[in-house]
Amino acid sequence: MEITLKKPKNIKTKNIIITIVYYFFLSVGALAMLLPFFWMLSTSFKFENEIFAVPIKWFPSKLTNFNFKRALEVQPLFLQMANTFLLALLKIVGEVFVSALIAFGFSRFEFKGKNVLFMILLATMMLPYEVTMIPSFIIWTKLGLTDSYVPLALPAYFGSATFIFFLKMYFETFPKDYEESAIIDGANYFTIFTRIFIPLAKPALITISLWSFMGTWNDLLGQLIYINSESKYTIQLGLSTFSSMTGEVLWGPLMAASAIGLVPVIFILLFAQRYFVEGVKMTGIKG
Amino acid sequence: MDKKKRRAGFLFVLPWIIGILLFTLIPMIAALYIGFTDWTIIGNAKFIGLKNYQDIFKNEDFYQALWVTVRYAIFAIPLTIITSLVISIFLSKNRKGVGIYRVIYYMPAIVSGVAVAIVFKWILDPTNGLLNSILAIFKIKGPDWLYDANWVLPSYLIMAVWGAGGGILTYLAALKDVPQDLYESASIDGANNLQKIWHITIPMLTPIIFYNLVIGIISAFRKFTDAYVLGGIGKEGNFYMIYLYDRAFSQYEMGYATALAWILFAIILALTLIVNITKKYWVFKAE
Repeated sequence: MEITLKKPKNIKTKNIIITIVYYFFLSVGALAMLLPFFWMLSTSFKFENEIFAVPIKWFPSKLTNFNFKRALEVQPLFLQMANTFLLALLKIVGEVFVSALIAFGFSRFEFKGKNVLFMILLATMMLPYEVTMIPSFIIWTKLGLTDSYVPLALPAYFGSATFIFFLKMYFETFPKDYEESAIIDGANYFTIFTRIFIPLAKPALITISLWSFMGTWNDLLGQLIYINSESKYTIQLGLSTFSSMTGEVLWGPLMAASAIGLVPVIFILLFAQRYFVEGVKMTGIKG
Repeated sequence: MDKKKRRAGFLFVLPWIIGILLFTLIPMIAALYIGFTDWTIIGNAKFIGLKNYQDIFKNEDFYQALWVTVRYAIFAIPLTIITSLVISIFLSKNRKGVGIYRVIYYMPAIVSGVAVAIVFKWILDPTNGLLNSILAIFKIKGPDWLYDANWVLPSYLIMAVWGAGGGILTYLAALKDVPQDLYESASIDGANNLQKIWHITIPMLTPIIFYNLVIGIISAFRKFTDAYVLGGIGKEGNFYMIYLYDRAFSQYEMGYATALAWILFAIILALTLIVNITKKYWVFKAE
């Protein structure tokens, strides 16, 4: 039998007030978070006279696709998105698979100097990219490989320190019996890695694939340094070129372009949300 | 067998070792040298000793860029930490609909890059921007934001607070681990909600606050994309990385820019170490 305590009336009203205040503050904050997205969309569908209307018009009274058409005339955004997807894919293949391979080595084997190597790995996570940025640029220039995706994608095939660290911790949660019985069955280490570790680590691999994708999609500095030809421009380069064009600022088309550039990211966030959340839980940054 | 296993382990981590040599160690050694030369990418480098460093410490633009960055860090880091902490405490309650709010608050942290910066440039537009239009509804004449030297920093801070959600996931993960019996015994002792937050929640979160503080320092000093797009009147938006990028890739002063990168590295390292020393005074350590 359940025992219910009858709450005195004033506590009940107090709870209702707390609930209202709670949702009020959460909603005000949420509106502030959404406002820039709303404003971007609202502007991108407005006719020019409404974009600059005083007082402001929150919603367009008539929708137009003019801004989107104009944006695509100024910058080939779809080509730039395709380029970014290509670059991101090139990086993900290397970064995820190779990092997993390396993490497997660190988590399941003992060899000379392993601990020192792992300390170096942790140290490189702290090293800012800026220090190696200029010498790397000079080296790639000397090799004649600038204005290509090689300098941006190739290093990914040697693993990323953050991903290795993350996957090593993840692999260490797997019980040892799995691979021990596989070894008895005569499997070699590479088979154990591809047949047991990769399938078991699928959620973690998806998480780092998403991180890798976001890193490429949002990176401006690296792409700015290495890509020169407009045909190879990524979405970040297209957008930044568009925004720094001299003359009258085309706010309508610029908002349309930004909206196009954000669509893939927002889709990923909505559909793969749980992998981002899982990622934080898995890193075990709990103190 | 054991020897074979050791060799296998080494083979698995070998790609990373090669990568570290090629993409970190060699560029770092090169960077050490380039910092002592007057290299301009074309032609030969001449060894000029500490001249780059002497020039930097005599250059007003360097102090200006450093000041812009430090000033931003001083305000932005506490602001974003407090904002994300407060939001996290709100979002940690298991009330109806909280899941949706979590996605909304987290969204700005994921979508970054040029598109968001362009949207903020439009929102902060002095004449037709959303912010000043809203202020106009309340009969307030808004400032010129990025076009007024005194309002450039607040402009960047608005954007920083909007994107503060990045830390939310780490705080939420940690909040789940706070033992519930602590709250229960506090309730028995007659503590109210605010007292519970101050004496239980915050101390239990200090390891995560510490983590976000370090990340905050690093990312403030590496701020590039927003500043590249938003700019700011005069040199008010001239963050350290913008100054470095300009010296390296517009002026092609590779030696000077490399020296700047080393100074940046030293600053970040020093600050991280200082914060680490303070750790024992305020970061909670579980027994």
